[in-house]
Amino acid sequence: MKEVNRSIHKKEGMGLSMGKPAYTDDLVPQNALIIKVLRSPHPYARILNINTEKAEGLDKVKCVLTYKNVPRNIVTRAGQGYPEPSPHDKFVLDEYVRYIGDEVAAVAAEDEETAMLALKLIEVEYEILEPVLDFEKAVDNPSIIHTEEEAHEMFPIGFQPKRNIAAEYHMSFGDMEDTLENCEYVVTETYYTQAQNHTAMETHSCFSYIDIQGRLSIVSSTQTPFHVRRIVAEALGMPINNIRVIKPRIGGGYGGKQALHGELLSSLVTIRTGKPAKLIYSREDVFEASYSRHPMRVVVTIGADREANIKAIDMNILSNTGAYGEHALTVFMVAGSKTLPLYNKADAVHFGGTVVYTNHTPAGAFRGYGAIQGNFALESTIDILAGNIGIDPMEFRAKNMIKEGEGSPIFKIMGEGTEGVDMVMESCKLDFCMKRGLELCGWKQKFPRKQVAANKVRGIGGAIAMQGSGIPAIDMAAATIKLNDGGFFNLMVGATDIGTGSDTILAQIAAEVLDVSTDKIIVYSSDTDLTPFDCGAYASSTTYVSGNAVKNAAIKMKAQIEEIAAEKLGVRAEDVEMIDGVIKAKSRDASITLSDLSTQLYYSHKQKQLMTCESFSGEVSPPPFMAGFAEIEIDTETGKVDLVDYTAIVDCGITINPNLALIQVEGGLVQGIGMTLYEEVKYAESGKLLSNNFMKYNLPTRNEIRKLTVEFAKSYEPTGPHGAKSVGEIGIDTPPAAIANAIYNAIGVRFTKLPITSEDILLALRKKRS
Amino acid sequence: MKINFSINNSAKSIEINPSETLYEVLNKCGFSSVKKACGTSSCGICTVLLDGKPIPSCSYLAAKVDQHNITTIEGVQQEAELLGDLMNREGAVQCGFCTPGFLLTIIAMKKELVNPDIQQIKNYLVGNLCRCTGYEGQLRAIRRYMEVGR
Repeated sequence: MKEVNRSIHKKEGMGLSMGKPAYTDDLVPQNALIIKVLRSPHPYARILNINTEKAEGLDKVKCVLTYKNVPRNIVTRAGQGYPEPSPHDKFVLDEYVRYIGDEVAAVAAEDEETAMLALKLIEVEYEILEPVLDFEKAVDNPSIIHTEEEAHEMFPIGFQPKRNIAAEYHMSFGDMEDTLENCEYVVTETYYTQAQNHTAMETHSCFSYIDIQGRLSIVSSTQTPFHVRRIVAEALGMPINNIRVIKPRIGGGYGGKQALHGELLSSLVTIRTGKPAKLIYSREDVFEASYSRHPMRVVVTIGADREANIKAIDMNILSNTGAYGEHALTVFMVAGSKTLPLYNKADAVHFGGTVVYTNHTPAGAFRGYGAIQGNFALESTIDILAGNIGIDPMEFRAKNMIKEGEGSPIFKIMGEGTEGVDMVMESCKLDFCMKRGLELCGWKQKFPRKQVAANKVRGIGGAIAMQGSGIPAIDMAAATIKLNDGGFFNLMVGATDIGTGSDTILAQIAAEVLDVSTDKIIVYSSDTDLTPFDCGAYASSTTYVSGNAVKNAAIKMKAQIEEIAAEKLGVRAEDVEMIDGVIKAKSRDASITLSDLSTQLYYSHKQKQLMTCESFSGEVSPPPFMAGFAEIEIDTETGKVDLVDYTAIVDCGITINPNLALIQVEGGLVQGIGMTLYEEVKYAESGKLLSNNFMKYNLPTRNEIRKLTVEFAKSYEPTGPHGAKSVGEIGIDTPPAAIANAIYNAIGVRFTKLPITSEDILLALRKKRS
Repeated sequence: MKINFSINNSAKSIEINPSETLYEVLNKCGFSSVKKACGTSSCGICTVLLDGKPIPSCSYLAAKVDQHNITTIEGVQQEAELLGDLMNREGAVQCGFCTPGFLLTIIAMKKELVNPDIQQIKNYLVGNLCRCTGYEGQLRAIRRYMEVGR
């Protein structure tokens, strides 16, 4: 391997460091209208009257949108493949507002001041409706959140709007009752996870304009430009061929930019006024009026026999999708489908539950995508059960966990919204991850606890996790490679680099096949007019799905180059090989450089453009695996909890770019650590989100992160591009359970609700003492 | 009102609205490297240097920079190149949205702190949030940078 498995610098890294204009707001045309959104002050209300005359009377106001003057086509903004597994339950604007922050009206003005003033001049009379704020009381609540006739599911997802149910699903195999009856040890526990916010540093941003051909162009900070094009066309009822979506540099996504945000309103303003318009969310908008992680209640039962073999797992979930059903079914299903196969020898497994509507900020895709919620519940329960059996929890895991060459019935039964695909683990180094992690974290010396001072105790705890590599049989990616004169290539991909470095690693994948250095591959991503289709950056798909498409396109390009070179050299195509930018005949001393060949090809000899385009859609979704170990320290007088060290050993196959893979894991860990210890979501009784800015929503700072120890297992995935699996999400999954387990091991208190703050710990310690 | 100040050592005399923040004024002047992410001076993204010291431009009234010197990343390109290269060696420039403000803070830190230990470095930079990297990669690069020229 020459170009892959190398820590090549990110192609755009220096440009971004030097502050070059690159992001959506950097590129807005100077005369763009500023859009501001009037948001609902009520969690649930119907607009009886809305008077926009005064706002429209302002000189600089160019457009006011309300539900009365926008197209009424119902869509889902989820940003998924088509048909979507999310219910269609959202109009551009509606007479009903379903959470505090929901869109009432939009104003476009020549400057921000006027736009803000215009918002104040809009008079709205509301009929206030009884909101559903407690998700455990949502099902069959007298207050129904989606009463619109047009709301529908695209295929059966258990959509029951009259019962406030956005989705429902159940699966099982084996005889649960009988199996549990025969288990020596059975544990049941209930867990709650919170609505974590992505907090990408670049807030949701987009602008739109009409180009010289009269087409609508949208520049958006999105993970899914092709889905944006499709959904805008659908929502606005306009021909898809009149829309172009451009993805510039993205200032962080983590799933939060999979769905649509301002694109619908911005597009409509541009269409109505003919003027460029931009909609940049404030931080408060992002918190209150975009998407967050689905809060869940997860009830887990695990049964094991006398020999500590796991025989039965039952997982019941109630998930809260908020006011709209983006990713309702799929996030909830992944909570099972990407955790239950970890213990693949159970005789009886049941998974099921409902996803409910409430009058809260909608939930959506977020790195981990259900797996982190499910993992917290499953991996906490594993520790409780191990404690009851009297076996070391990591030994208990090692005895029961999935191994290379094995499968799980879950893979076939559960996909994302549909049936899944059968899989055998061709690469699974979980056993190594476990063994190496135990060594590195000093488990033997530290488990379960160590008193380090009179008031300070340290505990250690672990968890294992798996994720996927794209959605098999659903996600598709394509890549185009173009040979240029001078012997360099353009790689055009619909894959959306959202800051991960995927442009660079996709170039590395192509360079490896073409046997040129990565700097000879110029990457462009992504523009619906210029690049081939790609479902987008989600479901840990870019390295595996887009990477395989790039690899295929490069293989085809190499064959075409060799064919033309062979002809030029007067030998058969099988008799040449391209090495390091030179095509040589194997049988005799003749060669031509790629640079010369391509220049001749375009200017003088057999003139013909070489360009290849290949696609990939996975038949399987090989999971990356990891073992995570948290060492925490608790001050028993104050409750203060510190994370001393987090050890993570990851099997993601071959790392295409080891440094970028490392940062993916470290970044994922810290988001998981944030969800576990710091990121508290608080609502007022009125349904108002209180934790709506960085003063109130605690992100981990660099002072909270003392030490991360990350290593990669030696692993090779045969179906992956050059042996790679995904690495984008796996890092986030283990911290909640590993840290909760470590806290239990330190102080003997089991926390089942996230986040676990120092205050919670102090209260629990006091309760325990009294 | 009119203010006289310098941006990257180039004198400016401009008309501003008294309620405008420095971020807004710099943006109007075309300095797109200065970004805004929170509006509550909590994240460090909008950092610029005021007479060499980092300040959050999103929460700093532009009127206050009258007669002062403002530095953006465009004004320290040589140093940014050196530090940016060290960051990129670690893969620690991810989405990059926080990078210009963060690099400015590090450059100011190197001038201000003499032989800081890791905790002092973290304390200086604690106001610069990053949601992508998990901080460790950045720290690896910063340790190298602090060694340069010593």
